[in-house]
Amino acid sequence: MRNDHIPASPSTDTPLEATKRFNVVAHDVPKVDGEGLVLGRPAYTDDLVPPNALYVKLVRSPHAFARILSIDPSEALALPGVACVLTWKDCPRIPITRAGQGNPEPSPHDRFILDQYVRYVGDEVAVVAAETEALAEKAASLVKVEYEVLKPVLDFEKAIDNPTVIHPEPEIHEMFPIGFEPKRNIAAAYHMEIGDVEKELAASPVRVETTVHTQAQQHVALEPHAAFSYIDLHGRLVIVTSTQNPWHTRRLLGLAFQMPLRKIRIVKPRIGGGFGGKQHIHVEPYVAMVTMKTGRPARLALTRREVFEATFTRHEMRVKVRLGANPDGMLQAIDMQVLSNPGAYGEHALTTFMVAGSKTLPLYNKVNAVRFGGHVVYTNKVSAGAFRGYGAIQGLTGLEATMDELAHKLGIDPVELRRKNMLHEGETSEVFRIMGEGTEGVAMNIESCKLEECIARGKRLIGWDPEHLVREVAPGVLRAKGMAIAMQGSGIPLIDMGSARIEFQDGGFFKLHVGATDLGTGSDTILAQIAAEELGVDLEDIVVHSSDTDHTPFDVGAYASSTTYVSGSAVLKAARSLKAKLIAAVADKFGVAPEDIVYEHKTFRTADGTRSLSLNDFSYDTLYHDGAKMKTIEATESFSGEKSPPPYLAAFVEIELDTETGKVNVVHYVAVADVGTPINPNLAKIQIEGGLLQGIGLALYEDVRYSEAGHMLSHSMMTYPIPSREDVGRITVELVDSYEPSGPFGAKSAGEIGIDTPPAAIANAIRNATGIRLTEYPFTPERVLAALKAAKAQ
Amino acid sequence: MNITLRINGKEQSIECQPGEMLTEVLRRAGHLEVKKGCDTGNCGACTVLLDDKPVLSCSYLAVRAEGREITTIQGLADEAKQFAAFLTAEGADQCGFCAPGFALTVLSMKKEFFHTPSEAEIRHYLAGNLCRCSGYEGQIRAIKKYLEADHA
Repeated sequence: MRNDHIPASPSTDTPLEATKRFNVVAHDVPKVDGEGLVLGRPAYTDDLVPPNALYVKLVRSPHAFARILSIDPSEALALPGVACVLTWKDCPRIPITRAGQGNPEPSPHDRFILDQYVRYVGDEVAVVAAETEALAEKAASLVKVEYEVLKPVLDFEKAIDNPTVIHPEPEIHEMFPIGFEPKRNIAAAYHMEIGDVEKELAASPVRVETTVHTQAQQHVALEPHAAFSYIDLHGRLVIVTSTQNPWHTRRLLGLAFQMPLRKIRIVKPRIGGGFGGKQHIHVEPYVAMVTMKTGRPARLALTRREVFEATFTRHEMRVKVRLGANPDGMLQAIDMQVLSNPGAYGEHALTTFMVAGSKTLPLYNKVNAVRFGGHVVYTNKVSAGAFRGYGAIQGLTGLEATMDELAHKLGIDPVELRRKNMLHEGETSEVFRIMGEGTEGVAMNIESCKLEECIARGKRLIGWDPEHLVREVAPGVLRAKGMAIAMQGSGIPLIDMGSARIEFQDGGFFKLHVGATDLGTGSDTILAQIAAEELGVDLEDIVVHSSDTDHTPFDVGAYASSTTYVSGSAVLKAARSLKAKLIAAVADKFGVAPEDIVYEHKTFRTADGTRSLSLNDFSYDTLYHDGAKMKTIEATESFSGEKSPPPYLAAFVEIELDTETGKVNVVHYVAVADVGTPINPNLAKIQIEGGLLQGIGLALYEDVRYSEAGHMLSHSMMTYPIPSREDVGRITVELVDSYEPSGPFGAKSAGEIGIDTPPAAIANAIRNATGIRLTEYPFTPERVLAALKAAKAQ
Repeated sequence: MNITLRINGKEQSIECQPGEMLTEVLRRAGHLEVKKGCDTGNCGACTVLLDDKPVLSCSYLAVRAEGREITTIQGLADEAKQFAAFLTAEGADQCGFCAPGFALTVLSMKKEFFHTPSEAEIRHYLAGNLCRCSGYEGQIRAIKKYLEADHA
């Protein structure tokens, strides 16, 4: 990006109606932990390790697929200061999944903490622990492993019924039917059809078909995965870890090590970014093994190379979309067929794949028929897992590319084509009922959808003129615009559950305990805002403590865009319930009925005005002064959504394409979103801005590349560059007024929606610039140039 | 072997292996504000000032820092707090892992420029401090407001 071409921000800074309605919610308050983090106070897992912890290093597979014939640790163990070397023989033979999901998990249990087989380069072989890091590294290099190298499957198009069976072991199983056929290298499969798609397509006067191939992507959270463990006074195993889901981690470790869950405590300190990448168990089992073996504290922080090679990526997918429409642009049928690559183990295999359909197809709800299906197939690449967007970005990339192809074929404005066909407030889609995450879905009427407003404002901000979507700004340099729309969800209905406990303290403040997991998004802050709003106090009056399986109430964790909606609703319920208890207690003290108490401005008074008591004074009364009436006033509430209201986003991008070099730059990316009431507009905006840049990274730069033997070539931030400050021009994000009746103070989610549109919108802009439909991601200069040359040759 | 490093104005004698990088040594000496992000000199999380110039401590031999003035974010806590107010006001601190290194580079930029840097200059100066959370826009807003406030 040429820096002299950064467009000025056209932001209209339209004030939100919601800000006027609330005191704390819908206001831009700074993150409660912000200053401490900027000052570098010890906060993350690796900052908090006890001083005498053993350093843990992992011996990893150099082969994409191999059977371990023997492991000889004798030389490593001979080094003074080496505490232990543990192998698959030290692990109970219990298949698990590393995916942090609900119980039972929709992911197959196809993995052992350590196994006699290794299935990708970087797969764990042995665990080494020593007094210093250097010694642990040295010892790991001295562990002698003999392998029988097997022929890997690296191309996901060739995985089904390949002579190589990646999972021949008999113990592995699915938790409920997910189409698991390991003998055929199929981790999961699914099919659904509403109406008769083939019949509708055949009857449609206009038909288009596009197949896109989206690549694996790395999360690249700045903090590498880290954990440490120790045995506490009571002989329990405590693990402090950078996890997005403490309870799932506890449950999975309990299963893996056949330990009662009461013997395990999981603590999550601050996390340096997650994006889904910490929704899995990657480090916890290994420190736990060392601590259980030696009785000593043990620490492990992955190197960046290990994060690349041996934690999860986004699922690579091939998405084929067929659309049938009338000449006026009314869609008649949608068919989406997907092949997904989960790598060597099936974490999130079924669910990411289903979300490719379930969180995209309802966008166009006026069709007569819709079909979705395909397979998720094992390969000998590093496993894929949860990653912001979670299938929706892949499905949407196919769907929105094909929508634009239809607009080109019909010769109509792609914006108008979408407006004609898209979902509106008060409507529904059969897809919601049929497709859930691994199970059946939940029927849902859309009570908030401001896509029309998002589109109208986005058009204004980018200067959308369908007659002039491309212009030449210098010889061979084209500026072009493209667009896409998107939806996500807000938690998994009837599966995700969050809880909150609020306790009244002397001094008149409140302790808010939540199981929810702030991974840097600011969820501790927005949950405190929700509590403060409902309790009629200032944000400073709420002290938050989160994510500790011993000390905070249950929460499934931070994923599926659930924290604001699910955990936030739990906080609101708890605050409501606590307020009622406070009022009842004061009424009892005054000898009046609760209805006769008015609570405002942190003061209780009787309706007749004769008595009043401040929150602060009452806090001492209830804890120190009121004799037999003294009590702790607290409330614990839980919430599980009966629906998953989607946030929506309209995206418009202007790109610059150099036809000489093939380089594509994003000059300006405009996104206008409906996230319901943004609890903290700044934090919601940043979520979307960050998501957009990650999506732009997927569209243009980021690629997980392998050698022919299956070694990852892009295993550092040198070889896997993420977007820097200089790569992209301007990103403009605005939020429209919207109110979701089922959400806390009208809120929906904001965490994932930002990432969904860039691959499609940028592809559509390139199509508008050149007439070429690029389908192979990312759009590197080499690929763009090759496509331009091929088009010229025709 | 032991080396003597001058960190935030205080001399500290610290054990160090030959070939060890400054990040490791600083963290072992208790300077946990120096973060380890990429190990390859790409992300900027490990930024410290050496004689007032930002360097990537993960790619800098610890022994070479002997006799030089090392400053971490803790050494500039007052200025860092001022900038933190602007950064958090935009919500652009996010996970915060890149923040100590990033904030140090911002403070160093402010000292180095005789004029208020343009947005292009800001982006260029800070190009080596990567952030995966924020999309950079909020950070840019914060930096501009911080510089404007200071130069007013």
